[in-house]
Amino acid sequence: MFPDTVKAILEGLNKGDFSSEEITTELLARANRHQPDFNAFITLDEEGALAAARQADEARRSGQAGQLLGLPFAHKDLFCTQGLRTTCASRMLESFVPPYESTVAARFRQAGAVCIGKTNMDEFAMGSSNENSHFGAVRNPWNTEYVPGGSSGGSAAAVAGGLVPAATGSDTGGSIRQPAAFCGISGLKPTYGRVSRLGMIAYASSLDQGGPMAHTVEDLAILLGVMAGLDEADSTSAEEAVPDYSAALEQPVKGMKIGLPREIFEAGKVGQTEPAIQAAIESLKSLGAEFVDISLPHIDLSVPAYYVIAPAECSTNLSRFDGVRYGHRCDNPKDLEDLYARSRAEGFGEEVKRRILVGTYALSAGYYDAYYRKAQQIRRLIKQDFAGAFQAVDAILSPVTPGSAFRIGEKTADPVQMYLEDIYTVPVSLAGLPSLAIPAGLLNGLPVGLQLTANYFRESTLMQLGHQFQLHTNWHQQRPSTSGRPD
Amino acid sequence: MQWEVVIGLEVHVQLATASKIFSGAATTFGAAPNTQACAVDLAMPGMLPVFNEEALRMAVRFGCAIDARINHESVFDRKNYFYPDLPKGYQISQLDHPTVAEGHLDIDLEDGTRKRIGITRAHLEEDAGKSLHEDFHGQSGIDLNRAGTPLLEIVSEPELRSAREAVSYLRKLHSIVTYLGISDGDMSQGSMRCDCNVSLRPLGQEEFGTRTEIKNVNSFRFVEKAIESEIERQMDILEDGGSITQETRLYDPDKDETRSMRSKEQANDYRYFPDPDLLPVHIDDAYIEDIRSQLPELPDAKKIRFAQEYGLSDYDAGVLAASREQADYFETVCETSKDPKLSANWVMGELAKWLNQGDLDISACPLPAEQLGKLILRIKDNTLSSKMAKQVFELLWQDGGDVDDIIEAKGLKQVTDSSAIEAIIDEVLANNASQVEQYRAADDAKRGKMIGFFVGQTMKASKGSANPQQVNAVLRKKLEG
Repeated sequence: MFPDTVKAILEGLNKGDFSSEEITTELLARANRHQPDFNAFITLDEEGALAAARQADEARRSGQAGQLLGLPFAHKDLFCTQGLRTTCASRMLESFVPPYESTVAARFRQAGAVCIGKTNMDEFAMGSSNENSHFGAVRNPWNTEYVPGGSSGGSAAAVAGGLVPAATGSDTGGSIRQPAAFCGISGLKPTYGRVSRLGMIAYASSLDQGGPMAHTVEDLAILLGVMAGLDEADSTSAEEAVPDYSAALEQPVKGMKIGLPREIFEAGKVGQTEPAIQAAIESLKSLGAEFVDISLPHIDLSVPAYYVIAPAECSTNLSRFDGVRYGHRCDNPKDLEDLYARSRAEGFGEEVKRRILVGTYALSAGYYDAYYRKAQQIRRLIKQDFAGAFQAVDAILSPVTPGSAFRIGEKTADPVQMYLEDIYTVPVSLAGLPSLAIPAGLLNGLPVGLQLTANYFRESTLMQLGHQFQLHTNWHQQRPSTSGRPD
Repeated sequence: MQWEVVIGLEVHVQLATASKIFSGAATTFGAAPNTQACAVDLAMPGMLPVFNEEALRMAVRFGCAIDARINHESVFDRKNYFYPDLPKGYQISQLDHPTVAEGHLDIDLEDGTRKRIGITRAHLEEDAGKSLHEDFHGQSGIDLNRAGTPLLEIVSEPELRSAREAVSYLRKLHSIVTYLGISDGDMSQGSMRCDCNVSLRPLGQEEFGTRTEIKNVNSFRFVEKAIESEIERQMDILEDGGSITQETRLYDPDKDETRSMRSKEQANDYRYFPDPDLLPVHIDDAYIEDIRSQLPELPDAKKIRFAQEYGLSDYDAGVLAASREQADYFETVCETSKDPKLSANWVMGELAKWLNQGDLDISACPLPAEQLGKLILRIKDNTLSSKMAKQVFELLWQDGGDVDDIIEAKGLKQVTDSSAIEAIIDEVLANNASQVEQYRAADDAKRGKMIGFFVGQTMKASKGSANPQQVNAVLRKKLEG
């Protein structure tokens, strides 16, 4: 058996317990074996992965280092990978092979990591259940009748199911944190601007942020160190220096102040996750953390504001998919209108079309002030709420979602119910803050996640809290029974 | 009824940056289709814009030159519409926070007075590509080389009152942007394109009439003709009691008429909103003042200086100062020749004539200014008659070389030796005895006309080499003395 955390695999590779080629071969086999179960991958790159693994082994033999040298992992299929199909889970890009590399993919490559394939996702990252994929729904490794969450559902399922020790994800309104919670793994949405968006296919530009997904916070610290940093080619990328995240892990929690938003805890919205969340609070208290009540008066407005801003941005971000230069083009267009209309009607799925329509409406003459401008005002108020709260606390704790994973098909009929999945994650996204989701318990045999949010660029604070929590709990060590099962 | 014409212009000036406004691709004109379009210009998935600060500097230079308010914060917005040569499905532009706010420039009217024209704003945006509808067998070709080229869109107040005024304004704008070096101003290559907003109102009425917009007019002459034909069209409608439809029109130079392109109802809802891929651009006073301090001398200032320093007429000073290259050329000629008046005459006369014939811009003039200055020196020191100077000019133009070498080689030196001239004149007079008789019998008025005959004969006999002033003087002495 191979270990399944980033840290343990890198140690094993360094000690010579196994080669990158050996573990990569094994993980490719598992990924293939479990593809019918989880549908976690859209594309597996066996040839490329094995070549990269051999190259990494060769490099290690000749004494070369590399933070992730030989580590197999997977990319969410919205990170452009040069020469490797990148679909965004859309028919629109079904056969799109980028001639360039996203900054995130380039950084992993430079660090010596071995990409085994591209994970399934909600089409163009729009969704909270990973049911909106042209390549079919992803299934939760804990129970394949349940959704893995979305939109980074394929990445979450691939990690939880033991197909890779780590995967990249992207989070616009909760797309890393919610699937991490549903699949019982750890996931980090960094501060907006911390990780370059270049080559990450855009959903909502002012919210999109790439981040790592893995079993442990320790692993997230290693991965974020590789992903983070200024990219001159992304104007919204931050100049802020990248600290040594792993160094922060060992700092004690004693004396840290953690805020509990009254609007969540007093209003009784914690719901089904309450026992797990209360137990987590007790654990952190026992480590010396202090809990204080805080107020985020405008967070109730977050979901409506988010579902104006994100669709507004997506409605124009997706205009480039017009059938003219690349991507899906309808057969025999009779004129330009027909080319646009049919290429887009055929290329996009239902949820993508819904959001394009909502966003187009919100930006239209006569509606802009009532929707888009109003939503931006709410966004400012929410930022102010958080800024006020962080005067008094180091971090804010909440559930990631109102409950554990739901059944496939359970919420597809009601988009608004689906959007309410994002109630705890979107306020943080609107504010652009870093936020961590870690496993904190089980509910009816399915994982429940804990969300910790810190001030801008304080990912280290999250690493510290998360790691210390994981040192004293074992939720992150739980694995679904199907994982790694023998043939 | 007496109608008043109201015109406002929106001029798109292509900025002369080396690379595009949001990508690193080159902006050179005329490259093979799609060879100057990178992944950003093609709007490939995941590509992001990065603002080229050189475009900002150029916009601020322009703002300083028209004495405009410069906004400390500029915001880029997305203007959304679908068109095959607009790869992203939106154009990045500036709506509410343009880099350059209110400014103005002065134009010279035909009656010699000046008029100040307000400029509402000048904003930065990216150009689209080109759709090519020929040679593709019923399909359209798309060339994205131009996509992402930086444009400065300069919007005037509706303060122009005739097609002539509109052209003067456009010429002044052209002169300013080329002086500043922020654009090559080449209208034939689309470096300056003009949208003309035209309306009429009864003279004395304050409220504006309904306007039409003539899109994309690309030469000074067409701007004048397009506006004139549109004024005529609107006047016909209004005189007949009709009303004008607000719409976008196109000018057809072949038919000299404008025709409807799309009405207000068909107009796009552009759904402008701030581009989340770009941060607002902040500049401070020091940035602006630094640029202001480096502004070159502008056309108005240069014109005044030319009139004062060189004693030129306002008209001559204005013509010479209209383009920076012409002004520089003139000043170099002047420096060598030390004769401003003669320099001005040659630059505006013979040189302009030859440039015109060759359809050349002064920047492509084959004749170095120093040589023209030297040529004028040789006129002044009587080495050359002005007729001979024109011959030398032609040789310089065609073959290049040095003025003195040409004079030497072609033996074009003017004869100023008075004994040689007297000898030629004696011969001319001896050969034309009867004309001499007539001259001597004539009164002063007739003599004035007749002297030309003898001058001509003498110049002919000298093969044009005799100094005409000397010939004149000697002839009068011999005929009358």
